[in-house]
Amino acid sequence: MIKIKIRKGISKRKYTALATIAFLALLAIWTIASSLGFVKEIFLPNPLKVLSYFVQAVKDGSLWENTKVSVYRITLGFVYAMALGIPAGILMGSFKKLEALIRPICEFIRYMPVPAFVPLIMVWVGIGESAKITVIFIGTFFQLVLMVADDAMSVPDDLINAGYTLGTGTGQTIFKIIIPAMLPRLMETLRMMIGWAWTYLVSAELVAANSGLGYTILKSQRFLKTDAIFAGIVLIGLLGLATDRIFAFINKKLFPWTE
Amino acid sequence: MFFKKKTAEPAQNHIEANLANSKIYVKDVKKVYSSAKGETLAMTGVNLNVLENEFVCIVGPSGCGKSTLLRMIAGLDEISGGQIVIQDKNIIGPGPDRGMVFQSYTLFPWMSVGDNIRFGLKLKNVPKEKQEEIVDKYLKIIGLEKFKDSYPKELSGGMKQRVAIARALANSPEVLLMDEPFSALDPQTKADMQVLMRQIWQVEKPTVIFVTHDIDEAVFLSSRIFVLTARPGTVKRDIPVYLPHERNLGLKDTEEFIRIRREVNSLIDRNPIQEN
Repeated sequence: MIKIKIRKGISKRKYTALATIAFLALLAIWTIASSLGFVKEIFLPNPLKVLSYFVQAVKDGSLWENTKVSVYRITLGFVYAMALGIPAGILMGSFKKLEALIRPICEFIRYMPVPAFVPLIMVWVGIGESAKITVIFIGTFFQLVLMVADDAMSVPDDLINAGYTLGTGTGQTIFKIIIPAMLPRLMETLRMMIGWAWTYLVSAELVAANSGLGYTILKSQRFLKTDAIFAGIVLIGLLGLATDRIFAFINKKLFPWTE
Repeated sequence: MFFKKKTAEPAQNHIEANLANSKIYVKDVKKVYSSAKGETLAMTGVNLNVLENEFVCIVGPSGCGKSTLLRMIAGLDEISGGQIVIQDKNIIGPGPDRGMVFQSYTLFPWMSVGDNIRFGLKLKNVPKEKQEEIVDKYLKIIGLEKFKDSYPKELSGGMKQRVAIARALANSPEVLLMDEPFSALDPQTKADMQVLMRQIWQVEKPTVIFVTHDIDEAVFLSSRIFVLTARPGTVKRDIPVYLPHERNLGLKDTEEFIRIRREVNSLIDRNPIQEN
């Protein structure tokens, strides 16, 4: 006889407590490693130093400005990717002919490294804001199409068949059955994709940028300002986490009917 | 390219189908599955004729294609040969004239119970007040008036299938197709559902084609049973069920019921499990 441990549930309080402990442990290791001199200050700055840089950057307004500009780029790049990727994905998940046209190309391009596109994008669209938005678009679009197609295909056949036997035509089946049925999964997909969009930000701001969080990190590297690099990375992490939580919250409110 | 409308051609030899008041007429239907290994003949020479207001059950050994036959009548699977006619028209695809209740739960989870039942009526542009009237009528028949505004996730399996039946019937189809709708339910719920289904049929008189592997269920519900052979499936026998019109669970213990059940049972091809 054994005590079942695998996948055994724990209380929400316990979960939160363990999560907090993990974060505190990380912080503790960081503090110990940097302040006891195991690692050189230049490689791993003291957390307090990072914090003081952070506070100073907030005070002089540079952090806020850079965050604003980065959020703007991500939002626009992601909105374009959604505007094209969601309809393409739904059509691809619904019609085999379109799948044959779209899927192989997307599978091919999604393996190409996004930073490698940067020089090309500079040639194509210049070095303005549109270049940064294009990088985020390319990074997310091809993945998004494939994932949305999977969401559309995950709608059970018999749900669609039930629609047919109640009188839906092809268009009605897509708008009245496939789309509402896939919405919760679609929102989950968007939640994951927006996380990836944040990771492409740094690539995007390689393009002759002079503002933005990614740019701040790159610039700090040139001057070996590791405290500023850390502050930037942590902030991107936090912003990503915040977006993720907002999406999760909206999903829960929007779809009370999910099991 | 994607919204091309197909129109059903009138059946060529529909005179045959019009003898008596035939609803569904299946003639020489064949089903072949093609795969890399070659072609498999799943069904061949299937003939059956379902009359108006009949409650017909289709039984047969597993793999005989009874569900496939039903899906071909629904227009969800293609026939490889022969023809299927619904009231003078060849079946070329699914449509609201053939309502269907599936084995899996197919209520639209984002709609309330009431909106699920209303779905087909809305598509047909039935006036609002009339929609409401029909929805309420069927909610009453299935005894779920209190659940009109509930989401499907709040219902038990049996309740979900009751709503699925109401949703199909509210659309007033020419024929109601049922594909093992009670097979996932526990025995008590299943028995209750059989009584309810029989009551609905006695009052509303829909034409029903009901596929099941449960012979007890087939005898209890139907007025005629088609027994299919093992693969390649074809109709082996067509057995009329002469049992009282009003039926309750006590019927299952009567001699006549047991006799018919035994007869149907003896007709089903067995594939005994080999002892090594």
